[in-house]
Amino acid sequence: MNTLIAIIGLGILCLLFEIFDARKAIIPVVVIGLLAVLGLDISEYNAAPNFYYNNMIVVSKFSSAFSGLFIMLTIFLVSLGHKFYEGNQTKISDFIAIKIFLLAGAVAMVSFGNLAMFFLGIEVLSIALYVLASSNRLSIKSNEAGLKYFLMGSFASGILLFGICLIYGAMGSFDIVEISELSRSAELPIWFPIGIVLIFIGMLFKIAAVPFHFWAPDVYEGSPAITTALMSTLAKVVAIATLYKLVKTMNADISPAFQLIIVIVSIASMTVGNIMALRQINVKRMLAFSGISHAGFMLMTLLSTEKSSGTLLYYTSAYALAGIAAFTVILYVCKTRENEDITNFHGLGKNNPLMAAILTASLLSMAGIPIFGGFFAKLFLFTQTIQAEFIALVIIAVINSIISVGYYFKLILAMYTKEPNEARTPTPSVYYAVAVLAIVLNIALGLFPSFVLDLL
Amino acid sequence: MNVSLLLIILLVGAFTTYFAGDKLASKVALLFSLVALGISIALLNAYNSGANISFFKFWINKPLVSYSLTADGLSLIMLLLTSTLTPLIIYSSFGNEYKNAKSFYALILFMSFAMTGTFLASDGLLYYIFWELALIPIYFIALIWGNGEVEERKKAVVKFFIYTLAGSLFMLIAFVYLYQKAGSFMLQDLYKVELSRMEQFWIFWAFFLAYAIKIPIIPFHTWQAKVYQKAPTVGTMLLSGIMLKMGLYSVLRWQLPITPIAAKTYLPILIGLGIAGVIYGSIVALRQKDLKKLLAYSSLAHVGLIAAACYTLNIDGLRGAVLQMISHGFVVVGLFFAAEIIYRRFDTRVIAEMGGIRSQAPKFASLFMILVLASVALPTTFNFVGEFTVLYSLYQINVWFAVLGGTTIILGAYYMLKMYQQVMLGETNTKVFADVTLHETIVLVIIIAVIFFFGLYPRPINELINPSLDQILRTVNRIQ
Repeated sequence: MNTLIAIIGLGILCLLFEIFDARKAIIPVVVIGLLAVLGLDISEYNAAPNFYYNNMIVVSKFSSAFSGLFIMLTIFLVSLGHKFYEGNQTKISDFIAIKIFLLAGAVAMVSFGNLAMFFLGIEVLSIALYVLASSNRLSIKSNEAGLKYFLMGSFASGILLFGICLIYGAMGSFDIVEISELSRSAELPIWFPIGIVLIFIGMLFKIAAVPFHFWAPDVYEGSPAITTALMSTLAKVVAIATLYKLVKTMNADISPAFQLIIVIVSIASMTVGNIMALRQINVKRMLAFSGISHAGFMLMTLLSTEKSSGTLLYYTSAYALAGIAAFTVILYVCKTRENEDITNFHGLGKNNPLMAAILTASLLSMAGIPIFGGFFAKLFLFTQTIQAEFIALVIIAVINSIISVGYYFKLILAMYTKEPNEARTPTPSVYYAVAVLAIVLNIALGLFPSFVLDLL
Repeated sequence: MNVSLLLIILLVGAFTTYFAGDKLASKVALLFSLVALGISIALLNAYNSGANISFFKFWINKPLVSYSLTADGLSLIMLLLTSTLTPLIIYSSFGNEYKNAKSFYALILFMSFAMTGTFLASDGLLYYIFWELALIPIYFIALIWGNGEVEERKKAVVKFFIYTLAGSLFMLIAFVYLYQKAGSFMLQDLYKVELSRMEQFWIFWAFFLAYAIKIPIIPFHTWQAKVYQKAPTVGTMLLSGIMLKMGLYSVLRWQLPITPIAAKTYLPILIGLGIAGVIYGSIVALRQKDLKKLLAYSSLAHVGLIAAACYTLNIDGLRGAVLQMISHGFVVVGLFFAAEIIYRRFDTRVIAEMGGIRSQAPKFASLFMILVLASVALPTTFNFVGEFTVLYSLYQINVWFAVLGGTTIILGAYYMLKMYQQVMLGETNTKVFADVTLHETIVLVIIIAVIFFFGLYPRPINELINPSLDQILRTVNRIQ
């Protein structure tokens, strides 16, 4: 709870900075502030669980562990903004403040104890994202992305709200503990499962799982690169963690039919995502499809909800850290370019070996090559899924991992086998710092997996 | 002192080499690989005097994974092979100039690190990690420093990478499944798991896919010739000299003892596949116009025989296989180095453009001749010892296996001598061929010395590996 208040306070402080014309100090102050919030979050983790305001907010180990991940990702994203918004100094406090409020929404989404709070969180997060998607207001692509995302997103929110209403109608309560207890009774009104399915659909939209993924490639491509980075790391991780919490708390015994749906959605997401990614020439679009396939992998955790929260935390951390590192390199390479086509990455291995090595490492992590966090994430996921006796699903997931190597390596090949088409441009040190830190954390995850796995 | 020291030295060596800069990289790499060789020999001494050189430390609690490195005779001999060949390979590259040499030599040491780890790991997951790690450096070595047209090279190397990765991911599923059964990835626990016939069947083929692609066994060999041809010679040496032995070693260490029933059931098929590789490799080698490709197919033939020997499940077969692994490692590195020596002078790998070298370079001609004869298993060479044992073991299974496997000697002699004739003999070539330099001579002489020494006196190796192989066979035969 204190974490949430502190984050919102930080956001307001951010807006005040503009009034006092202290824009230069904004990013350092926010980063330090977020580090303090991270400390607060850790202290809350140790004191968990705590209940606030008639169970509106429940701070559990789950919520504070995930909040910690979100805060860390926000620190990275805010630091990157320092360089990215260089030509747009006048608006910097807006951009940063929106990101902080987005973080507040994200924290609310994992620590809700009441469906009203959950909806509040998801709206704060989504509206912030709509704004950020169209934040490059002079670019037609960015405007298109924002509008597309907004239309599709509000539709999904509507479905979500409808689902919440149906559940309220069936159970007479918004409180998830009460709902969970009531859902164990033998007689359930038919609209309870309908409501669950509607919420599930709304959340599948947010994590961009097939068949609700159509918005992702366009929005990822059109948005400013730093917003894409945020969507594909923070927003995706938030949505999947929330979905996990919803399914775990409200659906005490997951029925076989529901499991079948999860299996189908998961297989469809990874297969469609991977096959479409093979054909992309724009790196942002490619990572959008890769994100869709990763959503499919993450959905596998829903099959054994009792034990898999640690695995989900691990998977999301590994995925998001690799994503941050990859997007930092993309920000650097495409800073002065019009688009993010693969041709822009030609010869990066010669031009800037360190950045090329970092991008290679993050792609290898996403592909699941050992020693990087991504490998262990997949390994733990597969172990868990085999324990839940879904061997066929694991085999399909493995085949998908092989397919994914195809497009990740396309980018690696472009960096190392093609001749550079432009001279080397200087790299801002903040990009180096963020990229190196993210990839080092990813490798550290791989070397000491127990550290994260045992948090939950 | 324990085996983890060796891994640490190689890893530190890789980083030091990278930071030493382009000029010093090759020397630093050589130094570290020699230190690693020294440690391996010291480890061998410690092992022979009965000291415990294994290493164990818990790593991940859930699922239970540990840093567990165990050395027995079999691991040690592979360790010695790796750490003897690595300095030789690095030293052999001294005549070439590489762009970005610091990364190149760092990758070689890193690869040596990963391969050493594969031979030592006795925890399934740790083993898998090393197994995969070895793939990344060779991918970059072949891709960036390889020769020939970039697009074509890219195709060959990516195919190789995806192929091997695909195979090993099925091995990973097998390991995860075994973990469910055993509750641990440790080798000795996996040996104890009781699997039904059906489970053994699936796990056996999942392992087989990974190993058959790596070794390679027919029909999974399609990546091999192209990659051997396109990779820089150093990469080819690493691949053929050490890396494919990872697959053969793993068959002995992991596949056979964990799934013995399946291994016994499919024994004829597996030996058949191995021997098919012998015949196919030899026939295709006859028709090659590119020297490196010819050597690649000859390597396919030899390795097919080793694989067949591994699957015979009798002590002679296993011992012959290990002996052949070692001798093949040295001979193939020597042959590829000879091809590189010719390439340095003639700038070609096409056999038709060579010829008449012997009259210009008599020293090189004799050294190359010895290597060719060793490769066709002339008595007194190391290959003869291995090949003879292997054929004897095939004979114990079925006479016809031995007869068909024996074609390797006849066909091998035919294509190798024909190659030698076309490359070295004939009228004096118009192009000038300078005789071998001192450091080229050193590399070749060391290899030849090893081949003759163990050809005449293979007992130390036999004594080292026999207990481990007995142990493996006991585990295989635990269920009758």
